[in-house]
Amino acid sequence: MIQVQHLVKLFGNFRAVDDITFEVQKGEVLGFLGPNGAGKSTTMRMLTGFFPPSSGTAVINGYDILKDSLNARRQIGYLPENAPVYPDMTVEGYLKFIAEVRGFTGSELKKKFERAVEICSLEKVLPQTVDTLSKGYKQRVCFAQAILPDPPVLILDEPTDGLDPNQKFEVRRMISGMAENKCIILSTHILEEVDAVCTRAIIIANGKIVANGSPNELRKKSSLYEAVTLSLDNVGAEEAKSAFMSLANVANTEVLKEENGAIVIRVLPSGGNVIAPAVAEEIRRRNWRNTQFSVEEGRLDEVFRNVTRQ
Amino acid sequence: MRTTLSIIKREMSGYFGSPVAYVFIVIFLILCGFFTFQFGDFYNSNDASLRAFFVWHPWLYLFLIPAVAMRMWAEERRTRTIELLLTLPVTLPQAILGKFLAGWLFIGIALALTFPMVITVCYLGNPDIGQIIAGYIGSFLLAGCYLAVGSFASSLTRNQVVAFIICLVICLFFVIAGWGPVTEALATTVPLSVANFIASLSFMYHFDSVQRGVIDSRDLVYYASLITFMLSATSVVLTSRKAS
Ligand SMILES: Nc1ncnc2c1ncn2[C@@H]1O[C@H](COP(=O)(O)OP(=O)(O)OP(=O)(O)O)[C@@H](O)[C@H]1O
Ligand SMILES: [Mg+2]
Repeated sequence: MIQVQHLVKLFGNFRAVDDITFEVQKGEVLGFLGPNGAGKSTTMRMLTGFFPPSSGTAVINGYDILKDSLNARRQIGYLPENAPVYPDMTVEGYLKFIAEVRGFTGSELKKKFERAVEICSLEKVLPQTVDTLSKGYKQRVCFAQAILPDPPVLILDEPTDGLDPNQKFEVRRMISGMAENKCIILSTHILEEVDAVCTRAIIIANGKIVANGSPNELRKKSSLYEAVTLSLDNVGAEEAKSAFMSLANVANTEVLKEENGAIVIRVLPSGGNVIAPAVAEEIRRRNWRNTQFSVEEGRLDEVFRNVTRQ
Repeated sequence: MRTTLSIIKREMSGYFGSPVAYVFIVIFLILCGFFTFQFGDFYNSNDASLRAFFVWHPWLYLFLIPAVAMRMWAEERRTRTIELLLTLPVTLPQAILGKFLAGWLFIGIALALTFPMVITVCYLGNPDIGQIIAGYIGSFLLAGCYLAVGSFASSLTRNQVVAFIICLVICLFFVIAGWGPVTEALATTVPLSVANFIASLSFMYHFDSVQRGVIDSRDLVYYASLITFMLSATSVVLTSRKAS
């Protein structure tokens, strides 16, 4: 549904976005991750037609953003960073304006308006002017604006920024609820959000894609993936370490804690291999007393740090 | 077209949703009356016309229209709402035209509210209605020029005060370029044809000719091209600077 081809954006000599290529299919929720200034918002601004790319292009639901900008924009609901909504308009006036500009009239307009108000639970604040709203409500008004035309593509720049935990949960629920027949790109700094809503994540750093895969695939890049953390209380640290090191596919062992003769030790696999059964077997064979035994899934934050470090 | 209309509607509700609009209208009406009766020699001229009324418009507009126009784009850029506006299925010309027409309509409404003037002259004498209509049309077109300059000035900056000043300076130039004393002074230093050419670029030159009661197609072409030029300049500026 979205094909992004070699997008580049230069600000002067600075390459804010540097040759980005990816695709998003219907039903996918793509998470855009990256440190501050990585180029997430800049990429979104090009996709939504706010400014043209310096080179490269993208096709949104069949419409090229350069050759057919207006039709491409008709496919997209966009929530910009910081929810810029006209401060002097009422919520109702604003959403009706958006519906009109989106080409709806009469009963169709009323239906779209009411649907957006209901999904975002804005009934209470309809007559209020936007500058009297709390940050979270303002964010929701802007979210309502994006979903109002029920577009096939949603592009959301930090949709849960500034929301309280309940509202974050609500917005994620809304996104997941709509995901099935839409194509959604959202940017976020919250890694748990990636697990909660995204089917796939792209990590960008310095304008380049440095990782692209499902949350589970990304986790596999973690050095902790398939590592085993266990505690033993009738064996010395050195003895345990050398025993585990002699197993196949073990890259390293770390002693995490050592007190009163009990140790907590982490066994790291080489190349993401599964080592848990071999480790368990070794403990049993040597008759060590084991109280705690867990296999790491890998951590997104660690992967994020590794791939975005300069 | 429908898109432009929705933008006009939104802008109009923006004008009338804030007290600024009413303040503007009241100040405009008070100043119109004040200048006409205090300095315009309205009663003593023994002339049943609105010449004493219209003659002040270029000077009133000089301060009032930059105030209407200054927020047009500067505010959109400052609050970043421009990012949402221009990523809707709206073309830049539609957005520029919509905002411009809304402002023009607003000033038109203020102008229409001066109708008691017309009633007064009709009561006092037998004015040339054609000339009065021409006067209003000329004044409205003049306002359009100021506003188009304002649109351009407002696109240059995110600061409304700066936009106000830029608009005022450019308009001042267009006004005094054709002001009698300036043309005379110019004529002593440059060839008369050059002085006349500069004068013909001025708002005043065309405003005066319309005030005489004849709407010449050359004046209409002048107004139309000036407005088109300024709105195109707005578009060029916004295309390159909307993101910065
Ligand atoms: N209009 C502009 N002119 C010049 N530089 C810009 C402009 N917009 C963005 N940049 C630069 O481009 C880089 C990428 O910015 P962008 O806003 O895309 O980052 P981001 O990934 O969205 O960051 P954040 O997580 O902080 O929102 C930054 O270094 C920024 O300073
Ligand atoms: Mg950003």
